[in-house]
This record gives sequence, structure tokens and C-alpha cells, in this order.
Amino acid sequence: MGLLTLIVLLPLLGFLVNGLAGNRLGKRFVSVVGCGLPAIAFAVTVKCFLDLQAGGWAPLAETAYAWAVVGQSSFEIAFWFDRLTAVMALVVTGVGTLIHIYSIGYMHEDKSYARYFAYLNLFLFFMLLLVLGKSLLVLFVGWEGVGLASYLLIGFWFGDMEKAAAGKKAFVFNRIGDAGFLLGMFAIYSALGTFDMPAINAAFMGASTPAVSASLVGILLFIGATGKSAQIPLYVWLPDAMAGPTPVSALIHAATMVTAGVYLVARMSGIYLHAPEASTIIAAVGALTALMAATIAIAQDDIKKVLAYSTVSQLGFMFVALGVGAYGVAIFHVYTHAFFKACLFLGAGSVIHAMSGEQDIKKMGGLGRKIPITFVTFAVATAAISGIPPLAGFFSKDEILWYALASGRGGSVLLFAVMAFTALLTAFYMFRLFWLTFMGAPRMAKEVEHHVHESPASMTGVLVVLAVLSAVGGFLSIPHFLEPMLPLPETMAAMQPYHYWVMGGSIAIAATGLAGAIWFFAGDASRAGAIRAGFAGVYRVLSNKYYIDELYDRLFGRPLVWISDAVFLRLGDRMIIDGTLNGLASVAQRAAGRLSRVQTGSLHKYAFLVLVGMVASFVWMWTHG
Amino acid sequence: MDKVQVLQFVAAALFALGLTGVVIRRNVLVMLMCMELMLNGVNLSLVTFAHAMGSAVGAVLVFLIFVVATAEIAVAIPIVLLLVRRKRTLDVGSFSDLKG
Repeated sequence: MGLLTLIVLLPLLGFLVNGLAGNRLGKRFVSVVGCGLPAIAFAVTVKCFLDLQAGGWAPLAETAYAWAVVGQSSFEIAFWFDRLTAVMALVVTGVGTLIHIYSIGYMHEDKSYARYFAYLNLFLFFMLLLVLGKSLLVLFVGWEGVGLASYLLIGFWFGDMEKAAAGKKAFVFNRIGDAGFLLGMFAIYSALGTFDMPAINAAFMGASTPAVSASLVGILLFIGATGKSAQIPLYVWLPDAMAGPTPVSALIHAATMVTAGVYLVARMSGIYLHAPEASTIIAAVGALTALMAATIAIAQDDIKKVLAYSTVSQLGFMFVALGVGAYGVAIFHVYTHAFFKACLFLGAGSVIHAMSGEQDIKKMGGLGRKIPITFVTFAVATAAISGIPPLAGFFSKDEILWYALASGRGGSVLLFAVMAFTALLTAFYMFRLFWLTFMGAPRMAKEVEHHVHESPASMTGVLVVLAVLSAVGGFLSIPHFLEPMLPLPETMAAMQPYHYWVMGGSIAIAATGLAGAIWFFAGDASRAGAIRAGFAGVYRVLSNKYYIDELYDRLFGRPLVWISDAVFLRLGDRMIIDGTLNGLASVAQRAAGRLSRVQTGSLHKYAFLVLVGMVASFVWMWTHG
Repeated sequence: MDKVQVLQFVAAALFALGLTGVVIRRNVLVMLMCMELMLNGVNLSLVTFAHAMGSAVGAVLVFLIFVVATAEIAVAIPIVLLLVRRKRTLDVGSFSDLKG
């Protein structure tokens, strides 16, 4: 068994051990298995990375198992490790391991401790399958698997109907996207006869164009990506997904799984380079999603909801980068985002832990002095996501803004303006969240305030590591590292002089957002209150998330319920199917009722009838004889 | 009217007598006896014709019918006994449980 297979199988082993025998093994053993195996997987990934480097960056490939051989086609479970995979796999196993360790402290009181770690390892297994798979088929299995793990973990506390419903919602919305993904796969297979991703990219990059439109395939795959990566129109599941335990939100719904769509598009960049229409759609959807989610985030009061909309918005940034052809930059943002967003979510988890389960930031305030480690790490991550130099988020976001303006593959002033405004909103809502949580006067009840305490070392230690990574992660230039594989787009010469203006501008934007948030929310937040009162209508629309859930319910939910009830249940099931059976049965019953009167039970009558029959046949024979 | 004709009339009369008995009598045992009467009518007819034709085949056939009739009675009498034990009557009209 090769190293790549080992990376994938280690978390699966953890799932099997904890899932099958976890309850009998004790929490200590469950923790060791649950965190140890991902940590080993991380170590093996590092080893693979060093091998990759030693081999002159020639991709490592490994076939684990021949899944099916049909005629000439062979479907193999094969793994592939190149620069892109290396970045993704290191982030997934590295951040994944940290979040596993954090979970030891966070979930300590939970009675389903083993089940939690089993699910988390299962998620890691599928995510690594997704990232390491060489063929689209393996990627798709991982893609569905992470969806399953996500469903299981969102509905982890399934005793609460609302949480169970949130899990179902996530699953259903992902399935809608998956339909597009599947169609895209079919289109590719029917044209090229292979699912092998390097081969697909090569076919689209080659001299002769394949017999399928790159834009069609690109758009279909992107529909899959909108589901998994929470873009318009399928983003609504992600905010609800916050029903799961907070480390799950950090791992699955911020750092790794939701970036799968970004990874897919970057991995299939060979198609998108020849699909300008699809790329334009991606950029437009990404920009709209980023802007819309950022505006919603301003008006949310639940600490996790703000972070959830922030994630949707940041994913929009990544898709803008993909749309303008800067695939390496998108992956760069995936990488920095994984650090600071994981740090933010885990920090939020630490806050919720300290507040005995309270999530409403209106009831927080003044936590800075009581939980100092959480406070400092949260501050670093907030500054990083807002794009304050020299923290990680600054580098990736600045590059996205630059390529949104200057890329020769669809960069434009409008796109830049939208993204710059969104960046401003990002800084604003993040500092609003930060200020309302940690600064000002405490607004919580007395007994809650008395109970506020810093989290255990296993949690704060992870926060510190992630904060350090959020601070210095940006100095590793991922786009440069990926450039031999995912070349950056040409920039327009006319825009060249503005490069440093963009950089200066993005610093100014972050500072403005910061200053604005402080100005509005300092003291008793009376200025923000005044604004809110002045724009009550706008505020209501924003805090109700543009009524998108209600719209979907009217547009799709209720008609579907009506069709299911009236057509499928009452007409189809009860009338046609049940009706046919019951009708046939009653026809038989009635006919039998009539016919049974022939049986009089009188032997004489029977004998007489025999006699009549005999006489009649004799007479007939006589006359015809 | 020669001898054969007379015997044929007797045979037909026997058969008709039996048939009438089966149809109109209500006693199961009497009905069985009437059926034997019908059989004997047929037998008589067979023997008469065999004699007239000078062939032994008809006579052999009569013995076959005797055997079958004996077997039939051997089955029918126990059935009647069981029925009587159940209903305590020989009246065929009371055996109408399969009436529709």
C-alpha cells in the first residue's frame, strides 16, 4: 500500500474503530484514536510533499484498486499528488487535526463523544478522497461522502427537530447541485470516454477541441460547486448548518468542505480556460454572493450566523478569482481562509463555551479581559479576514482585488468596485462582531457573567496555533508555488500602473471598515442604533436575509408539497394505485356473490339437472343422428 | 315382440326406476340403492346384447361393472356413516353447507 492510499485510509480506520467500538473504549482512547490518526495522516502528507519536492515536482500517482472494468474502460480508485493536491491535502489534514484536538475540550461533556469523533474522521476520509482522487469519479465519491458527513454532523444533536431539519436542508441543497455535477460528468465521459482529470484537462488544452462545449461542461460542474460551496442560488443551507457543534462549523463549513467547489474549478481549470462564458458566470455569481452575504452579515446578531455569512462572502471572493482565471489566487484564499476562519469559528466556540451556550452578541460585551487568549487570537483572525497587513488575509484578498481589476480574462472596474465594497463591508461587520463581543460594557445576566471562564489548554492552544498561522500564513506565496501548474492570467497593460494603488486601497478599505465599526459601536452603540432606526426597512430586509428562505418556500417548497400531496399522494397513490387494487377486489367479490347463488346445496336439484342434461343430449343425438 | 326386446324394456324400466328414485327420494341410503338399480339396468342391457350378438365381451364388461360398483359402495357407505354421525339424520336436504 502506497503512502497516498495510507493518507486516505488512516481517518477511515479511525471512523471504524470509534464508530464500532467507541462507546466501550472510554473517552481517553477515543480521543487518542480520533486525533492520532489524522495527525499521522498529516505527517504522511508532509512526507509525500517532501517526496514531491525531491522528485522535482513530478506528480505522484498511485492506483489503489481497480473498481470496475467495463469493456475498454477501466474505473480505478487512483490517487494523484501534485502541487495543488499538496496545498489542499496539507490544509485539510493540518487544520483538520487541529480542530480534532480542539474538539476534545469542546465536546468533553457530550454523551455521544465517540460518535462525534467517528463522524469527524469519516468526514476527513471523504475529504481526502475528494482532494487526492485522480479521476472525477473518485472525486465525486468524496464529494458525496463529505455531504453525508456534513449532514450527520449538522444534525449531530438530532433530538432537536430544528437541527435535524438543518441537516436535511444542507443535504437537499447539495443534491440539487450534485445533479448538475453529474450531468457535467456524463457530458465529459460521453465526449472523452475518461474520468481521469489530468487527461480531461489535457484533452481540453490540446490542439483538437473535444466534441463537447467547454462552457456547457464548465457551467454544469459549477452548478455542483454552487451547492457544495454555498453560492447563489444554493447558499441558503450554510447559515442553517451552524446548528452543528462549533468545531464542525469550523472544519466542514468554513475551512475545508465548502472550499471543495473552489478546488473542483481550479482542478478542472483546463476546461474553464476554454470556457469564457462559464468563467464570466462564475465571476458574476461569486461577486453577487460575496456582496449579498456581506450585507446580510451586517445585520445578524448570532455570532455563528455572522461567521457563516462571512464564509459565504469569502467563498464568493474565491469564485471571483476563479472567474477571472486566477486559479492559484483562489487556492491562496482557500488556504489563508482556512486558517483565519477556523480560528474565528473556534474562537466563537470558545466564547460560546465561556458564555454557557449563549450565541447572541447583543448579550455579550466586555469579554476581552475575562478570556484573554480567546480575545487576542480572535483579534488576530478578525484583522486577518479584514485584510489588515501583514496578516494572511491581506495578501490573498489584495491579489483577488488586483486580478478582479486587471485580469485579461474578465477583470473589470465594475467587478473591482463590487469586490472592494464587499471588502469594506467585510472589515465593517467583522469588527462589529469583534467589538460587540469583546469590548464595551458586559450585557449578559449576572450569573452568566460570573460563570465566564477561559477554555482549557487543548482549546486555547489550537487557537494560538491558528492565530499564528493566520498572521504569517500569507508570506508563503501559494499562487507563485502553483504557477507552473495553474498559470496566473495576463494582466491588462492599461491597469499596470494601478497595482500599488489597489494595494494601498485595500489597506485603506480595511482601515475604514475598522474605524467605521468602532465609530458606530463604541460606547453604547447609540450611533448604530440611530442608523438602524433611520433605515428600519432596510434593516428588516437584511436581518431577515432578504427573505430568500421564504421566497424559496413559496416558489419551490409549497408547490412541491402541494404536488406531492394532491397529485402523488391523493391522485396517484390513493386513487390510481390503491383504487385499482380495491376496485378489482370488489368486482371479484360482487361477481362471486352473484355466482354463488348457483350453489343451492340441494342434491336433488343437481341430480335433476344432470337428468335434464342427459335427456337433452339424447334428444339432440336423436334429432341429429 | 321377441325376447331381446322384452329384456331391453325391463332394463330401461329398471334404469328409469333408479333414476326417479335418485331424484325424488330424500333418504341417502335409498338414493344409493336406487343408483345400484340404475347400474343393474345397464348391466341387464349389456348382457342381453352380448347374448344376442354371441359375444362374451359384454358379459366380461358386466363383471367389471360389478367390481366398480362394489368399490363405489365401499367408499360411499362410510361417507354416509360419517355424514350421519355429524348431522344425526339421513335426510339429504340437511347436507347443504356449501350453499352459496
